[in-house]
Amino acid sequence: MAGKRKTRWLWALWGVPTLLLLGFAALTMAYGGPRHLLLIGKTSDAHHQIELACNACHTRWFSGRAAIETACQSCHAEDLKASKDNHPAKKFSDPRNADRLTKLDATKCLTCHIEHRPEVTGTMAVTLPADFCGACHADIGKDRPSHTGLAFTSCSNAGCHNFHDNRALYEDFLEKHLDEPAVKTAPRVSLIDWRPEEGAPAKPAAAQISDAPASIATDAHVTADWLASGHARGGVNCSGCHQPPGARAGNAASWIAKPGLAQCATCHAAQARGFTQGKHGMRLADDMWTARRAPFGLVADRKLGPMQPELARLPMKPAAHGRALVCTTCHQAHDFNTRKAKVEACASCHDDRHSKAYFASSHYRQWRAELAGTAPPGSGVNCATCHMPRMLGRGEDGVERPLVNHNQNDNLRPNEKMARAVCMDCHGLGFTLDALADRPLIDRNFKGRPSVHVESIDWVRRRVRQRGEAP
Amino acid sequence: MRATRMMMTAGAMAALALTIGCSAKEEAPVKAGIDPQTFADSLFAVMSSDRAVYTQKVVNRLQNDEKVIKASEHFEDDKALPLPAQMFRFGAEMVAEKTDKFSYQLLSLWPINKQNAPETDVEKKGLEYIVANPGKNFYADEELGGKKYFTAVYADKAIAPACVTCHNGHKDTPRKDFKIGDTMGGVVIRVPVS
Repeated sequence: MAGKRKTRWLWALWGVPTLLLLGFAALTMAYGGPRHLLLIGKTSDAHHQIELACNACHTRWFSGRAAIETACQSCHAEDLKASKDNHPAKKFSDPRNADRLTKLDATKCLTCHIEHRPEVTGTMAVTLPADFCGACHADIGKDRPSHTGLAFTSCSNAGCHNFHDNRALYEDFLEKHLDEPAVKTAPRVSLIDWRPEEGAPAKPAAAQISDAPASIATDAHVTADWLASGHARGGVNCSGCHQPPGARAGNAASWIAKPGLAQCATCHAAQARGFTQGKHGMRLADDMWTARRAPFGLVADRKLGPMQPELARLPMKPAAHGRALVCTTCHQAHDFNTRKAKVEACASCHDDRHSKAYFASSHYRQWRAELAGTAPPGSGVNCATCHMPRMLGRGEDGVERPLVNHNQNDNLRPNEKMARAVCMDCHGLGFTLDALADRPLIDRNFKGRPSVHVESIDWVRRRVRQRGEAP
Repeated sequence: MRATRMMMTAGAMAALALTIGCSAKEEAPVKAGIDPQTFADSLFAVMSSDRAVYTQKVVNRLQNDEKVIKASEHFEDDKALPLPAQMFRFGAEMVAEKTDKFSYQLLSLWPINKQNAPETDVEKKGLEYIVANPGKNFYADEELGGKKYFTAVYADKAIAPACVTCHNGHKDTPRKDFKIGDTMGGVVIRVPVS
């Protein structure tokens, strides 16, 4: 009898804490709490910033991988489409690929990218062994004798192929750009001479007198900064940023003291969207919740909040710690000096080798010359030239114009994505691919010549010669 | 006695109702359907017509006859027209995103893009059959990934100079002697069958 009672106590002693723990874990996952305790493994560099917003990827309970796949698509589909993805799911949904899919299901993101698995996570957050191309392309030697005997681990790490984005790597593109010089004759960023189409809406008249409510104290320095800004030149008055859309300019009650991303997005929607897709602003994207309102007010809604340099995995300057990354962090309020935003803002936080080496690079020397007026506009290279390039796009008004791509991830990984959008404005393709494949050279911010050579361009040249065509 | 009679009556009514129900089910009109071959033939009629219109009225006219614009595999980079084969594939991929009731591809025994070479036995047999038997289609059943399909293969012929010049002159072509009217490949349509 005593033994039976003892067993019952032991069961209770194990069962009650277990149930409490399970309940606590479920509540934490559903509503919020110390979620970091529940992380099943280190999150990849791509997602670590948002790892506590579990619902960003795990959108529905008990929906398994399908829900996660949908979440992948909701953030990455647009980019994949723009990159002319060579392996889109639609290519493999055909029944004739059934055998291939049993080896490697290329219709699912999670086949190659599994989160929280640091022990198997490689470059580009790929969690498959590096020779995965061999699953479908084992007989590549039949079509391309030059590829016979090559290790499948070398497909993507030799600067020749990417799984998704090969816009700068496909054979005909290499052929078109064979034998280009390392530096082109008149190196300048391509859109520097862009002019609006005829019939484009005329610029509004410049604003000259502040329309802030009389009760809002306006510093003379603030007014001077604003008057010298592009905003004032473009007719954007105080109310443009400090009042919600539709509010009367002089209404002190609706005055927004510190306009945020939402206010900027009313005019700069494309830039705001890019910002929230990149490392600087992804924590401010929609639905990034660390806590959701629970019954009885146990937990209140809480968002991730802006990125702070100390949360980054790249080295950041200690002085920048605690800084919240919003639009005005780089652009400053009122003067919106885009020159500062192109170098100084970046250098005030970033402390890695590549960033520090910029100030000893020829790119920086050219930027200084451009600023000094001794070199033509567009010949200098600043941080934004490469990492936030100006690209032709259409804003909310449907008018085509160069827009700064505020998603600095967009052309960063794999870095060949930068070749067409940026590097080839000034450099030949061969030199570009070699430079992008040279990690120490990247660390020196491209000071010196590439010590790595990507051979694919030679192979293309050989094929051209075999066809009996020049060169 | 009265209760027994009531139960018997209820039982008889239930049996009658069941019988009526069953016979009603049996006599329900059979849902009109379309057999897989007619379905595939009809799809091919649409596909081949659209393909011919694009090849003749757009690509061949603008590129070969009027020399207004070229067609290129890299049509976005080259600011050119998509090739007829690409146009066909883009449609097939878009269809695949909308339905799994059928799928189709343009394959060839002499593909420029090696991904368009026959993979399955039915594809190989079908392509060889339509080349050897001009004017005839090939039909077969096949099982892929544990699912059964009715598969039809139709000849895709060179109908304009643009088809021949492009295929014969392409650096990756395995065959350079196509003439107008030749079967250059085949359209494979698959319809899943239970």
